[in-house]
Amino acid sequence: MDTLMNIGSGLFLFIGSFLCVSGGVGILRFPDFYTRMHAVGVTETLATAMILIGLMLQNPGGLVDVKLTIILLMTFFISPTASHALAKAAMNNGLVPVLNKQEDNEKVKSSNP
Amino acid sequence: MKDLLSVIMLSGIYGLLSASFFVAMDAVDVAFTEASVGAGISTLLMLVAITMTGRSEHPVRHKPVLALAVVIITGSLLIYGTLDMPYFGSADAPVHTHVAPRYINDSMQEVGVPNIVTSVLASYRAFDTFGEVIVIFTAGMGILALLSVVRRPEDVAKIDSLNDSMHEQHLILRVVAKILIPFILLYALYVQFHGDYGPGGGFQAGVIFASAIFLYAMLFGMSTARRVINQSFIQLIAAIGVLLYGSVGVVSLLSGKNYFDYSALSADPIAGQHLGILLIELGVGFTVASVMVIIFFNFAGRRENSQNLEYNNKENKKV
Repeated sequence: MDTLMNIGSGLFLFIGSFLCVSGGVGILRFPDFYTRMHAVGVTETLATAMILIGLMLQNPGGLVDVKLTIILLMTFFISPTASHALAKAAMNNGLVPVLNKQEDNEKVKSSNP
Repeated sequence: MKDLLSVIMLSGIYGLLSASFFVAMDAVDVAFTEASVGAGISTLLMLVAITMTGRSEHPVRHKPVLALAVVIITGSLLIYGTLDMPYFGSADAPVHTHVAPRYINDSMQEVGVPNIVTSVLASYRAFDTFGEVIVIFTAGMGILALLSVVRRPEDVAKIDSLNDSMHEQHLILRVVAKILIPFILLYALYVQFHGDYGPGGGFQAGVIFASAIFLYAMLFGMSTARRVINQSFIQLIAAIGVLLYGSVGVVSLLSGKNYFDYSALSADPIAGQHLGILLIELGVGFTVASVMVIIFFNFAGRRENSQNLEYNNKENKKV
């Protein structure tokens, strides 16, 4: 049972850290503000959830689990809302997303038949 | 760096990072304070300040050579001064031989509070903490003296119409904030009253409480928030916090003990210590929360005033 818990928690922690790293890669590699924010905003919520579940499995029972659950619920509310507020502020201040223009699409199509 | 916004963001990130290395060094109380005060509320207040001053720094005209020389000389003198100090981590340093062992070994019998940091902060070093509270209170008074404006009572219908237009704009944020604010306030109370047993205390609780009010003011508009939170009441609370702290000391003085010797408060010395720590933490919480609210409302209210003036000027020009 103990090993099962350990393996399970390790799996959750690994998935969580992988998602964190992929969010970081997204911030560095994506072209404009909105896609960067999207990369980190989407992965971060799930990554936090995974890491917290992994920690809960590490520490079975007691008050710690309750506290971690509360943190989990708070993250589910706060993290998407923060991304929303950020995107909204950028949009209201006139930051235009980088869009692939129509001609570019045509060019891509003609060069790769 | 010329862009003040990124300077503020960097200082916030630095605050969070230093909070995490305080956790790694097992100083949970300090980490908590750093995360809530250093990374949280001071970043927020700085942001409010740059909405008034503008985002970029003015170009510097004077030559920085003299300042650099002064900094280098002072820095090298300070480093020279540290050479006399005991080696880092050495066991026979005065810090490790005088007070620290007494705090660690005897605080449970003398104060009876499981969290040693709280017993040092609120009981052994109550004078220092009193000084800190007075510093915060003075900052609040300074802000009030410099920035407070006399405002006419606002038109209720105007506030409501502004409120409705904001409601459509910030619907999601408002709904989430309405869900979160009660829990933030509850958490602040938990931190306030759990300070004896775990990391926490009046400073952190006050800041968290104030941040819930900031959230409300930012999403529901300053005028609505001003209707909910009475400014003169808040100023009264700030004064009551300091008064509560000081009068606990006076009570112990009147019953023949030293100033801030809480064992005078009750027949049982340990119960007296508990009561005293609870009361002064409450005083700290009152003062910190209300001074933060005063600072925020005066900064943001100033900004709002200048915006209104600009708006009125434009309207006048149109006419």
